[in-house]
Amino acid sequence: MQTFDNASSGAIVLAMADRIVENRAYLSEIDGKIGDGDHGVNMAKGFGMAADRLKGKDASLAESLDTLGTVLMTEIGGSMGPLYGVMFTEFAETIETVDKIDAPTFSKMLHAGLSGIQSIGSAKVGDKTLLDTFVPATEAFDKATEEGKSFAEALVALVSAAEAGRDSTIDLVAKIGRASRLGERSLGVLDAGATSCAIILKELADGARANIA
Amino acid sequence: MQRFINDPDLVVEDTVKGFVKAHSDIVRLAENPRVVVARDAPVAGKVGVVTGGGSGHEPAFIGYTGKNMLDAVAVGELFSSPTAKSFHDAVREADGGKGVVILYGNYAGDNMNVKMATKLAAKSGIEVATVVANDDVCSAPPEEREKRRGVAGEIFMWKIGGAKAAEGASLEDVRATAQKAIDNCRSIGVGLGPCTLPAVGHPNFQIEPGTMEVGIGHHGEPGVRIEKLKTAAETARDMVKIVLDDHDLPAGTEVAVLVSGLGATPLNELYILNDTIESEISARGLKVYKTWIGNYFTSLEMVGATLTVMALDDELKTLLDVETRCTIIL
Repeated sequence: MQTFDNASSGAIVLAMADRIVENRAYLSEIDGKIGDGDHGVNMAKGFGMAADRLKGKDASLAESLDTLGTVLMTEIGGSMGPLYGVMFTEFAETIETVDKIDAPTFSKMLHAGLSGIQSIGSAKVGDKTLLDTFVPATEAFDKATEEGKSFAEALVALVSAAEAGRDSTIDLVAKIGRASRLGERSLGVLDAGATSCAIILKELADGARANIA
Repeated sequence: MQRFINDPDLVVEDTVKGFVKAHSDIVRLAENPRVVVARDAPVAGKVGVVTGGGSGHEPAFIGYTGKNMLDAVAVGELFSSPTAKSFHDAVREADGGKGVVILYGNYAGDNMNVKMATKLAAKSGIEVATVVANDDVCSAPPEEREKRRGVAGEIFMWKIGGAKAAEGASLEDVRATAQKAIDNCRSIGVGLGPCTLPAVGHPNFQIEPGTMEVGIGHHGEPGVRIEKLKTAAETARDMVKIVLDDHDLPAGTEVAVLVSGLGATPLNELYILNDTIESEISARGLKVYKTWIGNYFTSLEMVGATLTVMALDDELKTLLDVETRCTIIL
């Protein structure tokens, strides 16, 4: 069975932070069309802070995810701080005692993150939020493993479902959060949370795939 | 954009620093620099009163910290909810052993962060009750009142909740009275010009010259209609109509009125609006008990105003008259 090593995979979180920081202006720009325009600013601030604390530490994936989740939850605020904070903290807790991460553990981790988000937020799929990326991505991963695909193949399926989910938000009317006040006027624009979620999941999945031994 | 800022990313830090320097007789900074605390807090044996919210609404939220008002305030980024940690730290600073009530506005981020802070507080042994303000009439229809946003009615909620707590009431009584205050409030905003987050650098919504947006939210959330700019008297009549049509008040009811600028509207225009607001309220058989006019709850440099009307009973009148000592005269 394919697995990847927890202890030597902390760099995945650093790469994820780099992608988020690179996309600072882009995420703020799409957020600005239907929201405050501060999504990229706040995300880059949180991920950048976490990266600064992790650099040179040689932390495991679990430790790195925990640092990121804690920084987002305690220092970022807004809606994204608690949502992603809970998600990463739940990810970290699921794998903290696992040395070799296999597909069932990875699935457990995704589901724990999802329930964490759902325990504090009230969004559903179709509300034009990060769940429109996260839920189909998780489903695609599970479906691929059920069909007997390898861990690596399931991770590829996860990424393409996440990106399709992100793109599906263009045709959705926002039902929650600040953009929901726009009603029909929120059509035609990507949701910023769904977009950042696709970046996060892609980095996580690609990083895991590269480390599969 | 011509603004008095240093670094767009440090607007909140710099604001709080200047605020605390100016008002060190009334407030102090907690160990967490995103929590402002009343000088006399925590008061032993008194229910602690806490709020919090995004910055950019000054004097809200920090300006209402003080004796007989808010014991502690959690400070967020511009237009962005404070962290759960800051709400939790505010609760700890306010706790005088009798529990703490968090009186805040109905926004997605605040709801989540308050929920998490409440859990953290329970772990540290502090009982927390919450009241969520939803006074903004145009943000959802009456049958979905729980979806409405909280706006300037929050000030009345804090004033009433703070005064009730100062009387020595129990946590449940403070919560119920603050809930009554916000249930008795209705608000409406009218926007004439947008606002800009300094780190973003351009307005994130537009109001075309010659038009106004009726029902606009505190962060530029779209209103119920965009129409040609009208006279102050016509606008004030619309505002009173929207607010009071949503609130079935028997003739003779006494009300408190708050007219707040949104940041870039001159005070004199608020008085011009109030001239008609007062006449319209009286014409409906209601009695204005007290009026506040000023920049009480702003949205950076948005041009526009909000009207809040709170229906009063004897208890609310008495509590409204309790003197407060915060940076804002109330």
